[in-house]
This record gives sequence, structure tokens and C-alpha cells, in this order.
Amino acid sequence: MTEPSRRTALKRTGAVAATAFAAGLLRPAEALADWNRSAFESKTVADALRNLKVASPADTKDIVIRAPDIAENGAVVPIEIQSNLAGTKSIVVLIDKNPFPYAASFDFAQGALPYVALRVKMGETSNVRVVAATADGKFHAAVKEVKVTIGGCGG
Amino acid sequence: MGDPMKIRTKLEGDVLDVRVLMAHPMETGQRKDGAGNVVPLHFIQTISAQLNGKPVFQADTSQAISRNPVFGFKVKGAKAGDRLSITWTDNKGDKRTDEVTIPTA
Repeated sequence: MTEPSRRTALKRTGAVAATAFAAGLLRPAEALADWNRSAFESKTVADALRNLKVASPADTKDIVIRAPDIAENGAVVPIEIQSNLAGTKSIVVLIDKNPFPYAASFDFAQGALPYVALRVKMGETSNVRVVAATADGKFHAAVKEVKVTIGGCGG
Repeated sequence: MGDPMKIRTKLEGDVLDVRVLMAHPMETGQRKDGAGNVVPLHFIQTISAQLNGKPVFQADTSQAISRNPVFGFKVKGAKAGDRLSITWTDNKGDKRTDEVTIPTA
């Protein structure tokens, strides 16, 4: 009668694993593998850029940011970004005055065009800052101010 | 597993215009519920899109993305019959993948 007890033991192991998973003790490793926690938790643009290893971005007019001049609802601010810089590999979006400015980054590969549309939350009137990384290892930046009449950060 | 994503695609020549809507609360960790308790952080952290199994578009995101996120992106060199698969993962380890086949225009 060893069989039933082995089965019970297996069942128990499974249950323990499931409980640990539910409690957040065993997180899937890949979910956080590349996610740059230090940059996402930075409270200033300068810190976020440093943690993202963005060095001295040059101002450019070749990044087009389409966003409303005045956003009535800070909870949903539509932004469209198009880079006209040759060899754009990735785009980083920061909202200067949000509690954590680094909002998102986007990587393009295998024919994806350096374009992205997204919707962000903005706590108050702020610059939306876009930094593009190009294949030559350089960084380029553009900003657009969006005035917010009602904040979107749980206010 | 959240609700299915809504993925809309449009082929313009060989450029595929993708728009995806994900159902997710995107809690900032700053909002309080009716009882005054802080609602914990809960947001999508990574998104990846693959065309015929090849990664084309990837995003790392924060809680600053609006609730029920919508993203648009474009892929050159796509054609009808291609398979587009999109996956997101959130900070609680939840994930969801949805796939569509690009219809003939």
C-alpha cells in the first residue's frame, strides 16, 4: 500500500506549489527578467534616464509626437509617436511630472516601423518626453507639453 | 488570464497597421477604494508581438499606461495569411496570449 501514500504526497507537493505561486513567492522568472525596475521606480527624469543608460540625448525635430495640447482627462491621454530617424531601434516615453516619469519603452525589430500609439495617465500638466535610440548607439530626444485639466493618478 | 485582447489589423500595401486593446485594471498603487484602502499596484509590465513567430514589437510598461491599454504599431513586410500573436504579462505574474491571422484585404 505504498501507492496511495505516494499519490497523496505528490498531491500535497502540488498544493504547496500552487499556494506559493498564489502568494507571489514563486513568480515566473521571465516576467521580470528584462523589466528595468530601477528605471521604472525612478522619481525624476534624470534618474530614470541614468538607469536606462541613456547618455546625453540630442534634441531633434525628427521625432514627431502627436498628443493633445490640452487633455481634459489625465487618465487617458492619447499619444502617437513617429520617429523619422534612420535606424531607430527603440523609443522611451517619459512624463516629466508624473510620480514615476518613465512610462514605457518600445523596441522595434524585423520590419516593425518606429511608430507607436499609446494612452497614458498624467497627474498634471507636463512635458511628454520621447527618447529614441538609433542603431549607431546615439540618443535623440523631443518633448511636447500637454496641459491636463483633470489629473489621472487616482485623484 | 484576463479577458481576450481585441486585435484589429489593417494591411496597407505591405505595412500592417495593428491596434490592440487589452483588458486590464492598470492600478497605480495610489488610488484608494471606497473604504479608503490603497488599491495595490497591478499593471501590465511587458508586451511582445510576434509575426509568424518572429518578435517584431516589444514594450516594457509602467502603471502610467491607461486602464484597458490600447497600443498601435506598424510592421512592414506583412501579408495576408500571416499570424500575429501578442502576449502581455503583469506584475502579479498573470499573462495572456492572443493570436490572429491577417485576413486577405
